[in-house]
Amino acid sequence: MTDEPIIKFDKVIKRFGDLTVLNELDFEVKKGEKVSIIGPSGSGKSTVLRILMTLEGINGGVVTVNGEPLWHEKGPDGTLKPASEAHLHKMRAQLGMVFQQFNLFPHMTVLRNITEAPVKVLGLSKQEARQRAEELLELVGLADQAQKYPHQLSGGQQQRVGIARALAMRPNILLFDEPTSALDPELVGEVLNVIGKLAHEHDLTMLLVTHEMRFAREISDRVCFFDQGRIREEGAPEELFTDPSEERTREFLQAVLDS
Amino acid sequence: MLFGYEWDLSSPLAFALSILPILLTGMIVTIQATVLGFFVALVLGLIWAVLKSAPSRFIAWPARVVTEFIRDTPLLVQLFFLYYVLPEFGIVLPAFLTGALALGIQYSAYTSEVYRAGIEAVGADQREAARALNFSGTHTFTHVVVPQAIPRIIPAMGNYLVSIMKDVPVLSVVTVLEMLNVAKIVGDRTFDYLVPLSMVGALYLIMTLVASAGVRLLDTWLPKQGIPLK
Ligand SMILES: Nc1ncnc2c1ncn2[C@@H]1O[C@H](COP(=O)(O)OP(=O)(O)OP(=O)(O)O)[C@@H](O)[C@H]1O
Ligand SMILES: [Mg+2]
Repeated sequence: MTDEPIIKFDKVIKRFGDLTVLNELDFEVKKGEKVSIIGPSGSGKSTVLRILMTLEGINGGVVTVNGEPLWHEKGPDGTLKPASEAHLHKMRAQLGMVFQQFNLFPHMTVLRNITEAPVKVLGLSKQEARQRAEELLELVGLADQAQKYPHQLSGGQQQRVGIARALAMRPNILLFDEPTSALDPELVGEVLNVIGKLAHEHDLTMLLVTHEMRFAREISDRVCFFDQGRIREEGAPEELFTDPSEERTREFLQAVLDS
Repeated sequence: MLFGYEWDLSSPLAFALSILPILLTGMIVTIQATVLGFFVALVLGLIWAVLKSAPSRFIAWPARVVTEFIRDTPLLVQLFFLYYVLPEFGIVLPAFLTGALALGIQYSAYTSEVYRAGIEAVGADQREAARALNFSGTHTFTHVVVPQAIPRIIPAMGNYLVSIMKDVPVLSVVTVLEMLNVAKIVGDRTFDYLVPLSMVGALYLIMTLVASAGVRLLDTWLPKQGIPLK
């Protein structure tokens, strides 16, 4: 982990109609850092990830990824103008996302789900992409499932394919939006295991929105508590979970741990 | 005698058997018009659907107006228009081609809606996954959206195939010798309409049953490729 931020939100504003979801959010993540985002429903956790994945635009402020503005481009005179699709395309290459509902392509085999983007976007040969996919399937424990279709797999297996698919693009930053929320309780462990393995990757920056407090505590360098579109409190997991300084954090943790 | 086949009026059964080859000749024309019309409807409908969902209002809006206009005017009017008006502009098409084209144009307005619904049914989650993987817009459409839309549109398209088949007799008014027209000619000459018209009904029933069965077969076969239809 170095000190230089790979992700930087600078007074970012995000609105949906009249609803201001992110209100001048300042937020930084360092290279290689594993950050968990917790917080009540509607506090803007997914929105932060979706803005980074360029699935959602912003209404104000600047998001910087690896020193370059994400939603803006520097004009010749140094001023920022809205990003072109080409710029977004270039920036997106650094990011990968694992979705709550997996979002696998149902009409493609597991192997094809993983190799499609490396072949069509990165220009890898089928052979190279296949080899990469097989290594990743090994990593997520699904080496023998390559020829199956997503609907033939359990939720936990599907999500592990989702992780392999994102990793196949070799992103610097991996975003997880409640990766285990859609799973039956007995399948949560196998997915967390894989994510836990990735947390040991030195160079990979991870941003994890989760309700799995124990897991967040185990793998995170830092935990951010989101409330009403802002970071209400953040810190090392030991501090934030055992001795939060904000009343709101305490209430939230209490409520989550009780449920 | 018609198409070189003599009829035998000695008994209804002999009559029916003797005119069967004549009606089958007409049936081939009916099938040809159906297939060609359906093909035009599929291709043109897709073009409408793409135009209607174009980001530019200046493309989307005219496409909507045109398809709405096509949908709200009778097939017969469009057929007469193509048959009698186009030649005034120097475009003379054979009656069969004109008829199949009219069918295709009429039904393209319907199929465009089927395409649109099928495309919209592919969830935003799929487009988002494609975007997160940095797929181009074109690749997302051709490799993510279309393959998942196809099994959703097949049942509706099958219904239109059968409808087109049942609309082919309209082409008889511009002299196309499709099955009903042939049966009518046989009736005019023999003064027996009951047998040929009953046979047309029966042959139509067979054709639509076969077409529906084919569509259903395709329908049950495709979802096995892993595409949820909900
Ligand atoms: N496309 C949208 N249109 C309108 N409102 C939206 C949209 N997406 C999100 N919102 C609203 O923005 C707010 C923040 O949403 P977000 O999904 O970021 O919350 P979250 O913290 O991830 O919540 P959850 O824990 O329920 O997933 C919510 O009030 C939500 O209703
Ligand atoms: Mg969320």
